Amino acid sequence: MGEHLDGNALAGPLSDLFTFDPTTASARCGGCGDISVLARAMVYGEPDTFIVRCANCDDVLMTIVQAPDRFCIELRGMTWLKIPR
Amino acid sequence: MNWKVGVVASTRRETASGRSIVLDVPGWGGNIAGQHTDVRLTAPNGYTAVRSYSVASAGVGDRIELAVDRLPTGEVSPYLVDTLREGDEIELRGPLGGWFVWTPQQTESVQLIGGGSGIVPLMAMIRSHEAAGSTAPFRLLYSVRTPLDAFFRAELESPSAHLEVTWIFTRHAPSGWSRPAGRITAADVEAHGFPAAVSPTVFVCGPTGFVETVATALVALGHEPQRVKTERFGGA
Repeated sequence: MGEHLDGNALAGPLSDLFTFDPTTASARCGGCGDISVLARAMVYGEPDTFIVRCANCDDVLMTIVQAPDRFCIELRGMTWLKIPR
Repeated sequence: MNWKVGVVASTRRETASGRSIVLDVPGWGGNIAGQHTDVRLTAPNGYTAVRSYSVASAGVGDRIELAVDRLPTGEVSPYLVDTLREGDEIELRGPLGGWFVWTPQQTESVQLIGGGSGIVPLMAMIRSHEAAGSTAPFRLLYSVRTPLDAFFRAELESPSAHLEVTWIFTRHAPSGWSRPAGRITAADVEAHGFPAAVSPTVFVCGPTGFVETVATALVALGHEPQRVKTERFGGA
């Protein structure tokens, strides 16, 4: 832990779950209202757990835990996600 | 996205701790410059490790090039740099990511700033730019510890007409080099980068600390945060 990455790191893990590219999807932070593509978010704790934080206010946008038999995703920190099509 | 099996076509030593690896990956189907791939290794006991690596090549087809730096405590990079041989197979998932990318349709000025193996996705952009015959002005600031730590050194020492390359040496500079060795600063970005008034698109890739230093400097120099795209890599 300690050193963080960014939302570019989510592209592979989330491709197992979603058909959209998470790096170009925009999220609105529930804490500060900032709207940004997920590629710009700060990502802590890879490779099996991703804590995705707002680059503007550092609130948690999203948490993803990958276990051998399941994924757990918590999304309470974002009010919406906008996905280009 | 499905995992695909890649076969190592060739490898080339780039630095004391890094090398490039050319792979044939049936089903890859081409990639845009700047995209990355996940690599999965599986041990005989079934333990798997997955890491992300940028792709140094761009364009159509199923042949790709990766370039990997060995992280002493890494689980995957020492294998890729020291053990993997021609004909060996590894699993890949990609191409990934549609944000940190450059396409030849872009005509604006482009500032590339890379630290160490952070050059890899920027190299794909440089190659794509050249292959397309793009006249978009490109500038690269490439920060490495010493000249021997540069990936793709020969290619970058003879850049195309629309690319300017500036080297930053952080530990040892060649003798006679005017800039003393040291980490990249806002002054380097200001002296060698496109000014904010040109509104370049900026791509920054490197270790987290490098990216944050450079991104902060760019914004202080007046670059629109929305025009600055960053990609960090870690040491795990």
